[in-house]
Amino acid sequence: MFQANSHTRNKQRAEQAARAALFLMTLLMVVPLLLIVGYLFYEAWPILSFDFLITNPRNGMRAGGIWAPLLGTVYMVVISLLIATPIGVLAAVFLNEYARATWFTRVINLAVVNLAGVPSIVHALFGLGAFVLFAHLGKSIIAASLTLAIMTLPVIIASTREALASVPMPFREACWNVGATRWQTIRHVVLPNSISGILTGVILQVSRAAGETAPIMFTGAVFFKAIREGDIFAYHPFDQAMALSMHLFTISTQVPDVPKALPYGTAVVLVGTVLAVNAIAIAVRVRLRSRRKW
Amino acid sequence: MVNGRPMVEISGLGVRFGRREVLRSISFSVERNEVLGIIGPAQSGKSTLLKVINRTIEDVPGAVVTGSVKVDGEEVSDIRDVSTLRRKVGMVAPLPVGLPLSIFDNVAFAPRMAGVRDRRDLEERVERCLRLAALWEEVKDRLDSLGTRLSGGQQQRLTIARALSHDPEVLCLDEFSIAIDPVTTMRIEDVLRELRSTITIILVTNLVQQARRLADRTAFFFNGDLVELDQTEAIFSETPKDVRTLQYVRGIFG
Amino acid sequence: MTKIVKRPGWEILAETAVEHLIRLCGVSSILFVFGIFFFVFREGSHFLFHGFRPGEFFFSQEWYPTSQSHVRYGVLALIAGTASVTVLAMALAVPFGIGAAVFVSEFCGTRAKETLKVVIELLAAIPSVVWGFIGLTVMNPLIIRWFHTPIGLNVLNGGVILALMSVPIIVSIGEDALKAVPDSYREAAIALGVTRWQLIYRVLLPAAKNGLLAAVLLGVGRAVGETMAVLMATGHAVKIPTSLMDSVRTLTATIAAELGEAPVHSDHYQVLFIIGILLFSITFAVNLTADLIVRGVRGK
Repeated sequence: MFQANSHTRNKQRAEQAARAALFLMTLLMVVPLLLIVGYLFYEAWPILSFDFLITNPRNGMRAGGIWAPLLGTVYMVVISLLIATPIGVLAAVFLNEYARATWFTRVINLAVVNLAGVPSIVHALFGLGAFVLFAHLGKSIIAASLTLAIMTLPVIIASTREALASVPMPFREACWNVGATRWQTIRHVVLPNSISGILTGVILQVSRAAGETAPIMFTGAVFFKAIREGDIFAYHPFDQAMALSMHLFTISTQVPDVPKALPYGTAVVLVGTVLAVNAIAIAVRVRLRSRRKW
Repeated sequence: MVNGRPMVEISGLGVRFGRREVLRSISFSVERNEVLGIIGPAQSGKSTLLKVINRTIEDVPGAVVTGSVKVDGEEVSDIRDVSTLRRKVGMVAPLPVGLPLSIFDNVAFAPRMAGVRDRRDLEERVERCLRLAALWEEVKDRLDSLGTRLSGGQQQRLTIARALSHDPEVLCLDEFSIAIDPVTTMRIEDVLRELRSTITIILVTNLVQQARRLADRTAFFFNGDLVELDQTEAIFSETPKDVRTLQYVRGIFG
Repeated sequence: MTKIVKRPGWEILAETAVEHLIRLCGVSSILFVFGIFFFVFREGSHFLFHGFRPGEFFFSQEWYPTSQSHVRYGVLALIAGTASVTVLAMALAVPFGIGAAVFVSEFCGTRAKETLKVVIELLAAIPSVVWGFIGLTVMNPLIIRWFHTPIGLNVLNGGVILALMSVPIIVSIGEDALKAVPDSYREAAIALGVTRWQLIYRVLLPAAKNGLLAAVLLGVGRAVGETMAVLMATGHAVKIPTSLMDSVRTLTATIAAELGEAPVHSDHYQVLFIIGILLFSITFAVNLTADLIVRGVRGK
């Protein structure tokens, strides 16, 4: 009954063209990701091995592996998240469960949003001024970790808030109606049912903290440091340390005549870690979402 | 009626949101162990009244409360620990809610939060309250399963069990039957009949006949005012004190 | 059966303590934002009030902080560096980003949507130093070969890399903006018989324009604030670019490149902190505007 005439045919053609164009645009984002990861692996292949991970850089960083930077990154990431997670989660609990809609709360919200947009080099300057100099921590793992913690804090707050907000209000009201206090309700009903969202947010910040260079460049990451291979307690919190991200920067720009595979190998470990951590976060999110209790 | 002092005394109660008045100078009392029905069209302030009694009005942004509300002789706004008030005054909300806990933990929740730790004590309480709420037979073999997986009617009975679990002296029900099937409504009405001599009940309902069935006295609220409060037969007779009562009860307006 | 008794006193005390801790943490984020501004300001403040010449700073392109004879702190060329790379990046990222956001939001089934969103998340997760590395090792030779320039570290290199870095945020927030358009708009338009493309072009994009604008602004903020990628990919020339093939230096890269060499508390050191204040202010303004727009209040 509805015959296709030339007008509707043209409309359909235009729509198909638009669809194709948008698809290509999307592809143009996806393809670089695959190409980049693929190319990095390809160039790094000769050097990738377990030895690469547990051997220190040698010969002015023109040979050897990435043990010292790898361990340094682990220290900084772990310490920064141990600091940022409790503060971030509790701050989100305050904003979502306790704060009333006053101008003061709006200011806090604004502060969190703006903290999220601070450039990484400004975090570096802050860390230098506040932790290295003012707090007299000197350039150290602890100063770098504190700087990273301030950097990851706003995202942990935001993702925790989202997780808390996804618990429906009627649950809280039912608890208050039987005489549970606000904190009891949070502790026994709201928080346990927000864990997956909180966990996902924290895990994602692991990859971010591991990948950042500028905030640690002037607060604790160092060009070179010799530590014992294979010893996971080789660093002390007040030491300076090497870090993977810094190491990649160093050997690709500061050291001449580095064999090609070395920086590619470092980049692969970095990207591989980031992708693996993100994949874990996504898996956690999917799995716990399916086990939702309502 | 037995012990002299009323269970709930409300005097000059006003509630407003900004300039909008939701309750205007309400004064009445609820006698110990009576069933007081509260009827009236939507937006009359009935739910707000209940929220004032257990002080959950404090979580509603912008609410301003004036006047006096006393439960068992105590001014509610003077009570330091609001949780003790909320254990004394049980509340059943309109929409059924099962907490995302096991059925056992649902009913044991309030006593646990109040400090009861003894396992046997909790088990006794849970069974007693589930029996009182006419839910025990249906769930006794699956107390570990999630409360959220029950049907609407079962969840509303679970809510009643929760409300009874902390030994309240007053039970407030806010249009409890609005989202459940008629059979469950009847069963819950039987529950209320069983409880009536041991506990004071304030029953806000949109089902006029429900008040007629259950209430000793009935109050008619309209647009924020308490229009009339009298023995139930008087409210439902040919000649209540206010013509609006007659009109509402006859369904002339809703 | 025991009657319900009062909660143990220590339990109530512990709960009060926890609630105080929660309030403290909530307020802490304001402290940190002010803290950042305070400490960065502090390190640059002495020079700011003794010897700083705003006219020269903002309008001179002569940046010679280490000169023995005639020290000059003009950041105009650096601002131009940041601006040029950012503008190029946005020129690429905005159309592609919004196009992809439209595609994901309107043309994709749930499975495809989930997969693409994961891919975009992964793209966003790539560290900036890795992007800089790619600019050095992949883009650099490509540009040299295709455009026959002596060096491939320039505005084009930095701009393309920044575009790839900014696209995910534009797509993700743009997609949120499109999702937020009420279904009633879509239903009404379809009832009138429009094609999908007309629906998008005439109904959805205008309806979502606030959110899309915010997405673009956040992309700009990201690009302006990016450090490592531009440090490694744009070269080291402090001059106002006249073509895409010119090397430039951005504000961020300058701080990163020179802070290590500048003696602590020297004038040079303090000027770098002042540049930090400038950057903080720019991104603060951009983020504030984006936030205001999203909240429906018209920003400047």
